[in-house]
Amino acid sequence: MAIAKEKLLARRRDALSARLETLTLPEGGAWITEARKTALARLETMGLPTGRDEYWRFTKPESLNAAEPEPAAVFDHGEETPVFDAVERTRIVFVDGVFDAAQSDDLSVDGIEIERLEDAARADIHWAKDIYGAIETRGQTPVERPHAALNTAFATDGVLIRVTGKAEKPVSLIYQHKNETSDAFLHNVVRVEAGGELTLLENGPAAARFNKVLEVDIAAGGRLHHIRAQGRDHERRAVTGMFVRQDEDSLFKSFTLTVNGRLTRNEIYVDLEGPNASAHVAGAALGHGDFHHDDTVFIRHDAENCESRQVFKKVLQEGAIGTFQGKILVERGAQKTDGYQKSQSLLLDDGANFLAKPELEIYADDVACSHGSTSGAIDKDMLFYLRARGIDEKTAMDLLVIAFVAEAMEEVEDERFREELVERLEGWLLRRRG
Amino acid sequence: MLKIDNLHVKLEEEDKQILKGVTLEVPAGEVHAIMGPNGSGKSTLSYVLSGRDGYEVTEGSAMLGDIDLLELEPEERAAAGMFLAFQYPVEIPGVGNMTFLRTAVNAQRKARGQEEMSAADFLKFVRAKAKDLKIDADMLKRPVNVGFSGGEKKRNEILQMAMLEPKMCILDETDSGLDVDAMKLVSDGVNALRDENRGFLVITHYQRLLDHIVPDVVHIMAGGRIVKSGGPELALEVEKNGYADLMETA
Repeated sequence: MAIAKEKLLARRRDALSARLETLTLPEGGAWITEARKTALARLETMGLPTGRDEYWRFTKPESLNAAEPEPAAVFDHGEETPVFDAVERTRIVFVDGVFDAAQSDDLSVDGIEIERLEDAARADIHWAKDIYGAIETRGQTPVERPHAALNTAFATDGVLIRVTGKAEKPVSLIYQHKNETSDAFLHNVVRVEAGGELTLLENGPAAARFNKVLEVDIAAGGRLHHIRAQGRDHERRAVTGMFVRQDEDSLFKSFTLTVNGRLTRNEIYVDLEGPNASAHVAGAALGHGDFHHDDTVFIRHDAENCESRQVFKKVLQEGAIGTFQGKILVERGAQKTDGYQKSQSLLLDDGANFLAKPELEIYADDVACSHGSTSGAIDKDMLFYLRARGIDEKTAMDLLVIAFVAEAMEEVEDERFREELVERLEGWLLRRRG
Repeated sequence: MLKIDNLHVKLEEEDKQILKGVTLEVPAGEVHAIMGPNGSGKSTLSYVLSGRDGYEVTEGSAMLGDIDLLELEPEERAAAGMFLAFQYPVEIPGVGNMTFLRTAVNAQRKARGQEEMSAADFLKFVRAKAKDLKIDADMLKRPVNVGFSGGEKKRNEILQMAMLEPKMCILDETDSGLDVDAMKLVSDGVNALRDENRGFLVITHYQRLLDHIVPDVVHIMAGGRIVKSGGPELALEVEKNGYADLMETA
């Protein structure tokens, strides 16, 4: 056993050294240099994941580990405007992982401080010092997430957002992909101060290969609404990590829509540290053919009376693969925990594949936790009912697909965004029919 | 209007003959009722006419005017004017009733070469029809049939019928699960749609529905065939003596 473990570790370290050949630790001020060095040291003890790792059995890590990314064609959106375009918001644009000032709005906004990581990194001392890499580090136990440590060590761009009041309009991070061989790291940090509230939008494919970390720290009574659309480029690959720490009475709501993409691994780690906090994480992923989507979610209840909700829906066909690994951990003192986890897939043909690993680990005795994972085909009775009313088969199928993901989309509180995402999805389904 | 001739139907998956030569004609403007014991093939007939999977027609024909129904997909039959009010309306979580109704109305308009209805016009249209059936705004907003009571589901069926304005309506045990008030409401909805250009085929176990929706002709179905046809008095006879007598004399 010990030998096997040694062997595995050796493989992981080999994978890491191959990766590090093309990377150099970036320069910066004292605080960030420290964070980067620590991250690299942590990474060196873990190495990069292999297919033998417990949480990488469903998703092959090789293309995410490789020194160079595989090229990915840039998707032509034609006449179509990007998602959220009509919304009044503060736009922050990155092109292939690099901040683009010309396309971005003025970053001085009432109620929030927005700073580029590059600028903050030059400062001797910074509020983000206690967050940058720290929440990510917390999220490495009990399951290691090496790509996130790699990100903390090597990311040079991203934004730091401090929310001191109720933000008037959403902050919108736009990730454009223009270069077929781009390999991008972005590291964003959001600190919601006590009573602050922000809606954070993210959209776009970002790069041929994208490694993104978002660290979120929500103080007492703070609220963060997070809505993400991951772009439609078919060949892109992404590994993203969202690391969240919540104080009492805080709220975190996150929804991710993914359509297309050769490989997407979205990891979410939420630490409910203060009582009465609430975390809802949801996602809808739809793909066909060469599509692999992985949601790996870990929610840790470490205080009384917290509520967490995971709703993940996948619609798969023509060989597409969807995976879900979700865990609720309830620590000893976290009485009155209300934990809910649901992961479902709709398989539109025999070629599609869904792999799920739902887990509960509970050390408190007065909790309500549930999890359910199902996969099934379109309901024939529903389909016939719709068709009997004159709705053609394809339209009826699309209606049922939208209905299937609706429960996840309901986690988008703001109707404007929910309706827009539904419309986008309808359009996408319509185009997919050809 | 609807002309069924010597229709033989078996289950696709197993070698079981359900309909064994049904012959029936419903002229425009008439209401025909089909009564019969459980397992006589009444519901199968309604499913086969509306195009549900799982059945195989081995012989015979079913025409709507000069359209061969059996050649068409379910949605094409609907566009041609067929409507089935389901015995068990299907619950569809996640699809709003309003979205469903608008999609259905516009799909049929499109199939018939008419322009799609605007959102505003549709809203007026649905509200007017819903009011007659005492269907409130909340029922229109909720997902299709989800959490509806038995009566609400059936009223929702009649609402769809009123909006789609079909030529031929089949009501499959629309009275099941209805209390007296709901039955009256549903019947009024059906009667409001009776006109000289529309035919009805009302499938029921019980005579009481036919007090409200008075048929022109009553057929008794048993063993996959129509065994007897007559006027409304035939229904009363069934109510009094049961099916056994009739089946013996047939």
